[in-house]
Amino acid sequence: MNIHSIRQWFERAGELVNEFYNAPYRSAIARAKRDEDDLFMLLVFSEMMGVPNPAAYYTLELQPLMLERFHEWHQRMGMEHSPLDHFRCC
Amino acid sequence: MNAIFVMLLGLGAMFLGYVFYSKFIAEKIYKLDPNFKTPAHEFEDGVDFVPTNKFVLWGHHFTSVAGAAPIIGPAIAVIWGWVPAFLWVIFGTIFFAGVHDAGAIWASNRNKARSMGSLTGDVVSKRAQTLFMIVIFLVLLMVNAVFATAIAGLLINFPSAVVPVWGAIFVALIIGQIIFRKWMGLGAVSVLGVVALYILIGVGPSVPLTLPDMAMGLSDNAQWILILFGYAAIASLLPVWMLLQPRDYINGLQLFIGLILLYGAVLLLGPDMTAPAFNANTPEGTPSMLPLLFVTIACGAISGFHGLVASGTTSKQLDKETDLRFVGYFGAIGEGSLSLATIIAACAGFATLADWEAVYTSFGQGGVSAFVEGGARIISEGVGLDVGISETLLTVMAVLFAGTTMDTGIRLQRYIFQEWGNIYNISVIQKPLVATILAVGSCLLLAFGAGGADGSGGLAIWPLFGTTNQLLAGLTLMVITVMLVRLGRPMYVTLLPLIFLLIMTVFALIIQLQGFYEKQDYFLFFLDIVVLIAAIWIILEATATLSKVSKENKRNLQR
Repeated sequence: MNIHSIRQWFERAGELVNEFYNAPYRSAIARAKRDEDDLFMLLVFSEMMGVPNPAAYYTLELQPLMLERFHEWHQRMGMEHSPLDHFRCC
Repeated sequence: MNAIFVMLLGLGAMFLGYVFYSKFIAEKIYKLDPNFKTPAHEFEDGVDFVPTNKFVLWGHHFTSVAGAAPIIGPAIAVIWGWVPAFLWVIFGTIFFAGVHDAGAIWASNRNKARSMGSLTGDVVSKRAQTLFMIVIFLVLLMVNAVFATAIAGLLINFPSAVVPVWGAIFVALIIGQIIFRKWMGLGAVSVLGVVALYILIGVGPSVPLTLPDMAMGLSDNAQWILILFGYAAIASLLPVWMLLQPRDYINGLQLFIGLILLYGAVLLLGPDMTAPAFNANTPEGTPSMLPLLFVTIACGAISGFHGLVASGTTSKQLDKETDLRFVGYFGAIGEGSLSLATIIAACAGFATLADWEAVYTSFGQGGVSAFVEGGARIISEGVGLDVGISETLLTVMAVLFAGTTMDTGIRLQRYIFQEWGNIYNISVIQKPLVATILAVGSCLLLAFGAGGADGSGGLAIWPLFGTTNQLLAGLTLMVITVMLVRLGRPMYVTLLPLIFLLIMTVFALIIQLQGFYEKQDYFLFFLDIVVLIAAIWIILEATATLSKVSKENKRNLQR
């Protein structure tokens, strides 16, 4: 038994404890985070839906970054296709 | 008889059950396939479906199913003597609980990890699904009322535990923040949390806290119940990471520490079982052991609540199908061992028979307090810890378990109310706060309705709670049996427990009905009738479905 293997063993034990802590609530927390992200998404695309947004100039820059999650988002919100006229998705 | 012998006999029997019977179940009945692609892999999303190490999953499953119920039930049931309780816990765990829990995971695993409720709708019928929802609601209602009463009783009997119990909540709140904000690693935080909790437990006996006997026309019992529900309402509205998650984690650690401490102390001390093996001299008003024993001990022998955990979360995280033998069956054994420890504590922890009889003065009395007192004596004499501290330790353990269950229970009930609001389009009920108030209100109604204005009689519904819990287990067993019949496999391993459970629950309900009528307790009389209707409904549903399915099978064979 050398120091290295002991350390590995400790790291593995730490991972398991972490999992033991997180596993039961993983889904609840992920869902809460997703809700927050959804709100943010709404903020970024609000101008396009006719909701005035004073920060529109800045959120415009974020749109390409959010694009990847846009499809998932509009489907989750119960809209089969993109709700925006000038913003096709699928 | 020496308690060491009882302990080794019980643990040995359960271990043999795991080695032989669960192997038979896994290979011959459920035919677990290591190559089956589990839902955790098929739908892996990092949120609900995550393949998890089987030991972690077992720890999670075990700590979510083992709470205060496997302590309260056996602690009440030893009033008939320790042998009946012992036998039912051991045989129940081996032939009922293990098969049921592993079966629930298996059934869910083979059906895209869906919950038992929606499975019932598919496998049995839509009517059965409605029934399932009703039974779940009843179980939640009763569990909250009963646990609030049990906690109130403990806090009054052991005032030294008041400071540590509420202090533990603050410790959990702080731990939650530290972990959420990633200020410290989990290992260090766990050590700190446990140390803080045990310092509180050590301090507890020197700062006992009691509420005034009467305040605003309410007894101390009623005051505690109101405080507890107030707390549960607030706690259930907080995000889970803030309080529930760290508290669950500390409880899990406490569970392991408590079990090791109790069993270790029994080994070191080797006390005698002072309580009678069969109690011929039961206090007046004690109902007949048959069938009441089988509903008084629900968790610890078989419990429908496990099916909800097994199909709700455990099945979504199963890495390999063969893991469910360890996770489900051994999880049930873990709970059985907690019940066994309770039986030993409540029966071997008293110096003389007279001491024991002084605690068990009437049915429903004694209970958890006997577990705390007896267990504390064993720990203090076995390990050398101060009696006051040992008592505080066990009280804190039981109260924290029950408290977490209440918190979760209110949360789940709130979801049910919100869902109803959704179905019937009542927008007010969909608001979390309103739904929580409704949930707490219905539980309070039960706690006080059952026990009068001082709320002390809430434990009177314990057997009724056990009965409802067994019915839930019956529904799960029915689903598993129908699945087995459809697959053309032997059904007796689940059918026999199902028949036994249904006979005992109906029998128990009728006996209790008579008791409530004689006591003119019309509130519980009415509740009993509701549960009885559900029980008869389940019997009809099970008979109809099973005869239909076996006819289909025969027809298929003839072709």
